[in-house]
Amino acid sequence: MSIAWYKYAAPVTFYHLAGRLAPWFAWGAALLTVIGLYIGFFVAPTDFQQGEAYRVIFIHVPAAWMSMFIYLVMAFWSAIGLAWNTRLSFMMARALAPTGALFAFLSLWTGAFWGKPMWGAWWVWDARLTSALILFFLYVGIMALWAAIDDRRRGDKAGALLTLVGAINIPIIYFSVKWWNTLHQGASISLTKAPTMATVMLVGMLVMAFAAWFYTIAVALVRVRSIILERERQTEWVKEILER
Amino acid sequence: MEWASWNEFWSMGGYGLYVWGSYAAVVVGILIEVILLKRGQSDTVRRLRRLQSWESQ
Repeated sequence: MSIAWYKYAAPVTFYHLAGRLAPWFAWGAALLTVIGLYIGFFVAPTDFQQGEAYRVIFIHVPAAWMSMFIYLVMAFWSAIGLAWNTRLSFMMARALAPTGALFAFLSLWTGAFWGKPMWGAWWVWDARLTSALILFFLYVGIMALWAAIDDRRRGDKAGALLTLVGAINIPIIYFSVKWWNTLHQGASISLTKAPTMATVMLVGMLVMAFAAWFYTIAVALVRVRSIILERERQTEWVKEILER
Repeated sequence: MEWASWNEFWSMGGYGLYVWGSYAAVVVGILIEVILLKRGQSDTVRRLRRLQSWESQ
């Protein structure tokens, strides 16, 4: 069986597909959040080193992961858009950026609220924290660039270029705890080693990470629909939708 | 179950400010994004409708 992928790359098809999928992802995110928080607060035991303060992990790590992953997805769409000039790619990049910025901000905020009781400081200029702050500024910078350029196509391209250049920051964030001597702890989970945390805590964290995933997809799908309407407003199908 | 009472739950072993300060930020952040998204959606449709009726005159 072959799937006609190019069909879904047409804005009109994707507009309707996104409209059908978004509610499912939204409800999935809500359900996963309830399960994740239940595990995080009522099943997972007290940490023997950090007491109850460690429970910030159930939002801090998913937020930090999402902030990096959304950026990589944006870089992917930017590269596709620059290479093949596909309209929908740039729209997807634009739809993802605000949510990426939100998660980048939340990773910094929850990190500060975890760092204060554990390290005694809200903020330190170590490599992990600094590179995560740069990620937040990149999101804000990219959105500001889009907002500043009136010509949509030029804006798309400039934003895509900045996104791709900034992608170098992602491996720096990820490996910062290895490359430099940071106050921030190393990764508890990696592809090469067994996780260094209790299974219940790990499960709670992963469920919350999936919730963040579902949330991001739902929000990006809703946002891209408005972008599609705006950009395709001269087409007959958008005119028909607006007349309803 | 880890908690003997709701009081104990809210105090988070003395770390209540930090734990709930984190979760509150996430709730506020998501609420703001969802509200802005909903508003943006209806704003877009309204603006495009206006543009359309303006252009068809």
